[in-house]
Amino acid sequence: MNQTRRGFMGKAFGAVAGVGAVGALYAMKRSWDPLPSVKAAGFTTVDLSSCAENKLIVEKWRGKPIFVLRKSAEMVASQNEAQNARDIIVEGSHYMIAIGLCTHLGCIPAYRADKSDFKCACHGGEFDSSGINTVLPPEKPLLIPPFKVTGATVVLGEEGEVYKKMKESGLIA
Amino acid sequence: MAHFEKANSLGEWFDQRLGVKTLERVLAKEYWIPKDINFLWAMGMVLAITFGILLISGIFLLMYYQPNVDLAFDSVNYTIMQEVGFGWLWRHVHAVAASVVFLIIYIHMFTGIYYGSYKKGRELIWISGMLLFVAFSAEAFSGYMLPWGQMSYWAGMVITNLFSAGSLELNGVVEWIRGDYVPAQAFLTRFFMLHVLLIPVAIMALIGFHFGALRLPHVNNQNGTDIDFEEEAEKYKSGNKAASKVIAFANDFMSKDMFVVAVYLVFFFYLVFWNFGFAMDPVNFDPADGLVTPAHIYPEWYFLWSYEILRPFSKDVGLIAFAFAQVIFVLLPFLDRSPNTVPANRRGLFKFWFWAMLVDMIVLTAMGKLPPEGIFSTIGFVAAVTFIGLWLILPIITKFEKKL
Repeated sequence: MNQTRRGFMGKAFGAVAGVGAVGALYAMKRSWDPLPSVKAAGFTTVDLSSCAENKLIVEKWRGKPIFVLRKSAEMVASQNEAQNARDIIVEGSHYMIAIGLCTHLGCIPAYRADKSDFKCACHGGEFDSSGINTVLPPEKPLLIPPFKVTGATVVLGEEGEVYKKMKESGLIA
Repeated sequence: MAHFEKANSLGEWFDQRLGVKTLERVLAKEYWIPKDINFLWAMGMVLAITFGILLISGIFLLMYYQPNVDLAFDSVNYTIMQEVGFGWLWRHVHAVAASVVFLIIYIHMFTGIYYGSYKKGRELIWISGMLLFVAFSAEAFSGYMLPWGQMSYWAGMVITNLFSAGSLELNGVVEWIRGDYVPAQAFLTRFFMLHVLLIPVAIMALIGFHFGALRLPHVNNQNGTDIDFEEEAEKYKSGNKAASKVIAFANDFMSKDMFVVAVYLVFFFYLVFWNFGFAMDPVNFDPADGLVTPAHIYPEWYFLWSYEILRPFSKDVGLIAFAFAQVIFVLLPFLDRSPNTVPANRRGLFKFWFWAMLVDMIVLTAMGKLPPEGIFSTIGFVAAVTFIGLWLILPIITKFEKKL
């Protein structure tokens, strides 16, 4: 008799403790989530009209560096299909817009204007002027952030028509 | 209520209430240490003392450090270093101890591997020791974030990115760990918490576990001799100390242990006062800037070997190799199939395995510091493959080892 009572009490405690543990773990997980204010502060507007050709502009969006590169006519002429597909055309000029973090481990690659490419100093990865990876270790092109073109400006963080088309054709990541 | 006699001394009063004499007997007076050992057996005490030094210096740093992205850098580099009386001392002691503790950990580890001190009942000592290594690594990494310099920031970026697990692209996990898209205020405060509370508490618990795992199997000795501790203890207690193979932990062995600690402390404070620069990366004297990556991002010297195993491969393969390197040492007691508990020099092929592993880790460490170019990339790649290969052949060569 005593044994059954103890068994019942043990199971009852186990059930209460189990519910409590799950609840506590969920609360702990949620406390580590990014705050709403961090998530909300997420839009950056870039004016493209002031960009010079073959000169890299670095903007900041959600704490990350964003590369904006206006390509010269020669650069555009020498591009292949895959490179063209990643270009954003605003008022007749070709632009590369990408998150400036190496897709290997997140260092910022440096732009080499003479070679029109990016070199990451951390582990030696390279990307071309369209952000496509050319030398290992990175196995993917630079990511393209959500953007929306309005006239000569681009809003980062908002998904516009051009971005959606790129996303559908699998170019974003 | 239990029956208590009137105590005749303060010692007796405490003994009645806490069993102090029993504790003293189990942990010190009748805790037996073999005589056949050398100075390498003092590394545990050296580590315990170094942890104590880290704790005390840390308490003083904690009183002026500000875990805020705008204030952290100046609170360390200006307030603590220039304003606080002897603040520079605590910082240099803390930084030097954080670096030297890993040197001693590696010596302690390789001593254990050389003498086979992870076998036949000593498996839990090894496993708890490797858990301590993991905890100390996490403690070192979280502490490295706190001055919020360029190396803090970018090491934080790179290491947290590892948790995206390569092609699995678990960016949500990375953002969850950081509490932001990039290392920012939430990141700094939570790593501050980990560094000053959660991980130190875990380390203290693990030290208790490590000592507890040692008590019954006792420490190993230079020849791996299977000592009958009860029989040897009887000889010692009956006054035949010369014939006994053991001595008591306290005060006999402790006096020698603390002598080694004294030699170590002279070396330690020489570093603190005259050669602290090795523990202070110049790049970390630039405040954190999310828009400028330092030319070379490299970890502190004690992480270089595992970093070099990550580096020469493509992303996913590198991550798998890195994960392998992090956990494989824990499995040593089970991967070594030989029953021989003797020094490596008497163990046939294992002798070469031991020295090959030691040299390979030194090569990996050196290559990890050099830029990933040309011949260094090649040497690093070969050394990384060698590391993995050595672990794969370990069960085979030890399986066929001649039983002694």
